[in-house]
Order: sequence, then structure tokens, then C-alpha cells
Amino acid sequence: MAVATALVEAPVLATAPMSYWRTVAWRLGRDRTTLVAGSVLTLIVLSAVLAPWLAPYHPSAGSIRLRLAPVGGPGHILGTDEQGRDMLSRLLWGGRMTLVAGLTPVLVAFVLGSGLGVLAGYVGGVTNTLIMRTMDIFYAFPAVLLAIAISGALGPGLANTLISLSIVFVPRVVRVAESATVQVTGLEYIAAARASGAGVRAIIRHHLLANVLGPILVFSSTQVSLSIILAAGLSFLGLGVTPPAAEWGLMLNTLRQSIYVNALVPALPGLAIFVTSMAFNLLSDGLRDAMEIRG
Amino acid sequence: MWVYVGRRLLLAIPTLLGASIIVFAMVHLAPGDPIAAVMPAEASKAEIEAIKRTYGFDKPLPVQYLIWLGRVVQGDLGKSLATRRPVILDVRDALANSLVLALSSSVLAFGLGIALGLLAAFRQGRVLDKLSSAIAVVGVSVPHYWAGIILIIVFSVQLNWLPAMGAANDPGIWEYLRHIVLPTVALALIPLGVITRVVRSAALDVLSQEFVLALRAKGLVSRRVFKHVFKNSFPQILTVLGLQFGFQLGGSVLVEAVFSWPGTGYLLNLAIFQRDIPVLQGVILVLATFFVLLNLAVDLVQTMIDPRIARH
Repeated sequence: MAVATALVEAPVLATAPMSYWRTVAWRLGRDRTTLVAGSVLTLIVLSAVLAPWLAPYHPSAGSIRLRLAPVGGPGHILGTDEQGRDMLSRLLWGGRMTLVAGLTPVLVAFVLGSGLGVLAGYVGGVTNTLIMRTMDIFYAFPAVLLAIAISGALGPGLANTLISLSIVFVPRVVRVAESATVQVTGLEYIAAARASGAGVRAIIRHHLLANVLGPILVFSSTQVSLSIILAAGLSFLGLGVTPPAAEWGLMLNTLRQSIYVNALVPALPGLAIFVTSMAFNLLSDGLRDAMEIRG
Repeated sequence: MWVYVGRRLLLAIPTLLGASIIVFAMVHLAPGDPIAAVMPAEASKAEIEAIKRTYGFDKPLPVQYLIWLGRVVQGDLGKSLATRRPVILDVRDALANSLVLALSSSVLAFGLGIALGLLAAFRQGRVLDKLSSAIAVVGVSVPHYWAGIILIIVFSVQLNWLPAMGAANDPGIWEYLRHIVLPTVALALIPLGVITRVVRSAALDVLSQEFVLALRAKGLVSRRVFKHVFKNSFPQILTVLGLQFGFQLGGSVLVEAVFSWPGTGYLLNLAIFQRDIPVLQGVILVLATFFVLLNLAVDLVQTMIDPRIARH
């Protein structure tokens, strides 16, 4: 098997010696779905970042006379909400909140989870048992339930959402990091590095991380869409950002009562969550394929 | 194999204990005085004393936990702050409703997901495969609470075909079915996406094995090959089905909130709104226990189907 692979790959290597990351970038550039998803995401992120300059109105400035104006109406392209606030402005501002609430926990989980997972996987023994069994406890809950349990106890607020979602995602990343580490640690080149006198730190920094971070990164990227759906879901339940702040899940919640008056406007914040989450999913799929990581 | 079963049973105990610790800790996570978290504001002195005894608030935390755990094991989950009813009664009624919804949406998602996944694997690269991939991505990306609202807008508000809220009060089976359709569809979306994906890749794995080639070479018609492939990918599929069913039960909170379906999610939502910590604790503990036991059952069933697993 190994011989066959070498035979197939040899000519390619001879003509085009590309570094791993260049190969990945090259593959991503040829994947049309991923490119589209990436462009959509760039637009979403840019519009969220630039919300203060792009939004035509103040996000919480409403007018009682202009409640639930239809999409495409004069002055308000995407209509107004139940308090007469401009939907376009609120969607732009809301994106900031939703993205922060959705991305931060995965980022925290990536950093903390890789650290704990690599530690558990490399050191092994009691440390491993202690860390991994603790993480197992969190697997006793479906993600949604765990997030709601912690948020429900802590109470509403952005900070509490971030805490509860981080607690949801850290154990997942730890599991992936640990199993990747255990797998790599068993390989011969680590033994060779150790035999040639490399210290624990040098091995982890130069040999282990380089091979473990790929799978962890890909796994973390698959969790972003879930994190966004959950973050918006928590504020949909009244556990996230508190009014009058604009956030997609919260907007969906307050507009829910208005579907009998205007069906289109209440659907918009959810559409924004959907498009964002789908773009993240497609992007992480593309990344996984390009990096040739299975699972 | 029995050794494996025994070990697996023992492993579930620490997980359950861990879950109970998290649930117990919720009282102390709540901002402010823990007594305030589990007592109504207008509680009398006697009631406060009773609660102090129940939780043993004057004792060290580990002792408090053991006292609490002792009561929980006997089925005493405390009293609701809002209704003063024993939490266990509310949870029991709600759990029954949630189970019905989880079952109906699982049947829909599993049936459709398995069919789509298998068809996609057998028609790899063709239109049907692309379609099922699209369904899979949409399924895992769509915020199901929003999908629920869209269903209400289309089928209740615009078309006026189906009711938007609640479960039928009168016992007519027809009315009951009419009420359960929309929440079932909304809740089925995520598992539909996940299952389609997993079934497709599991079937492709089996299809690439040599015995399939042998079956085809032997002249077996493709319908019979299909049967073999399904049988061989089933253990892998089963794990996902089990997990997904668990998610359905715990993940229905948001969908139940949208449709006011009187299940555990609705109860949880109400408890959050009223800051009713004992109900919150009760619901989450019961659901987590259910989830752990379900995972255990899936593992055991899998071992019976495929004895190779026990040897790993």
C-alpha cells in the first residue's frame, strides 16, 4: 500500500514541490462552493464591523407611527420592527452582537481546549484521566440543554452567554485535541525526537502542535455555526443580550408576535442567522477537504 | 461480552454523578443568596426553615450535595417557586409530551434521512446526491426555532391549514395530530441533515469494500446488494440515531418555546422566565439522566448487533 502511494505521488512531488499550506490555499481557490461561502461571510463580517457607518438610522431610534412598515417601503428598505425601528440598521448592528456571541466561545474553546487536550494526550496517566473524565461529565447533556442550564442559572446577559457557550464547546475541543495528540505521540518521529534529546517543550512546540493543530482547527471551525445558532437561540429565549440592544435572536423573539400583521419582516433576523451559519458550515467543509482531514 | 456490558454500566455511574453535580451547582451559580434562588420572595419563616433543612444550607457544600442527592434519588426534586407544586409532577407530565414530540420527529427524520442517505450513496455524484447533500447542509445550518416560525407563517397564518400553538385540549386524535405536525417538522430538520450525511458516508464506506464487488460479480441484482450494504452500515448508523434521539429530547426546548408545546422545553422556558431554579434543576437533571441512559442503551444494543465492538 505504502509503495503504491509513493509511486503515484512521486511524479507530482518532482514537478511541483508545494508546501502544505500553499497546497491547501490552492485547493481552496479552486473550490467554488467554498469561495462563494467565503465571500458571503466576508460581506457579513464587514457589514457587522462597519455597522456604525453603514446603518442609515440609530438601531434603537423608533417611531410609534411607523411600526411594522413593509419591506421595500419608503425610507426603510427592509421595513421597521414592532417599535418602528429601522430593520436594516438593527440587522447590521445585530450582526455584531450575534457574531461576537457566536465566535468568542469557539475561540475560547480552541485555545483552552487545545491546551488541555494536548496536555492530557501527551502527559497521559493520571493527568489524562483527571482531565478527560471531567470533560466526560459535560457530555451527559445535549449541547442546547447544557447551554440553557448554565445560562438559566447565571441569568441573562452577553457575558453569561459567552461563559455558558464556552463551557459547551471546551470539552468537545479537548476530546478532539486529546485523541489527535495520542495518535501523533505514538508515531515514530516523536520517539526519534525524544531519543535525540529534545525536551518536552520543544517536542510539543515543534513536532506535536504542527500536526495536531490542523484537526483541531478544522473541528473548531465546524462548531462555529452551532455556536451562532445557540447564541442566537439563548437570546431568543431571553437569556442572551438584553433589550433594547439589537441581536438577531432577540429580534426574532420580539418580532414573533407580529407575524399576523407583517409576515416578512419577522422572518429577516432568522434568515440572517441561517445564511451566516450555512456559510460557516460550507467554509469549514471546504477547509476540511482542502486540508485532507477526515471526520 | 458480559464483561464489557458490566464495565459500560459502571462507567455510566460517574457520568450521572457528574451531571448531578453540575445541576446541584446551578443553585450556587445563580446570582445572590442561594436561599433566594430556591425560595419565593414572599415565603414564610417556616418555609425558609424547611428549605434550609432540605438543602442543609448551613452545612459544607459536599454535605449539602449528598443531602440533596439523597432526596433526588428518592424522586424528590423540590417544589416549584411559582406554583409550589412538587417539581417531579410537572416534569413527569412535560416529559410525556416531549417524548411524543421527540418520537414523531425522530421517525420522520430517521426514515427520510436513511432513505436520502442511501439513495445518495448509490447515485453518487448525480442530481439526487447533490440534492441530498443540499438538504444535509441546510438541515445542520438552519436555526430550527426560526424554521418553526416560518412554518407557522406559511401554514398557520397564510394558508390557515394547521394550528400554530399548543397541544389540543380535547382528546380527539385528529386535533392532536394537527397540532403536532408543525413542531415535528421543525424539530426533524437538524437530525434529518445529520442522518442523511452520516448514512451517505457509511454506505459509501461499505460500498467501497471488496465484498460488494464480489456480490456484484456474482450477478446479484442491485436491490439485493442494497440490502447487504444497508445491513453492514447499520451499526454505524445506529449510534447516530441513538445520539440524535437524545438530542431531540434535550434540544426541543427552542421548538417547544416557539409552538408552546407543553413539554419539558416549555417548562424550562417558563422556569427561566420566572427564575424558578428548582424547576430548572429538575427538568435538566431528568433530561440529562435520560440522555445518559439512552447512550448506554445504544452502546449495549450495538454490542449485541456487532460483537466486534466489545473487543476493542
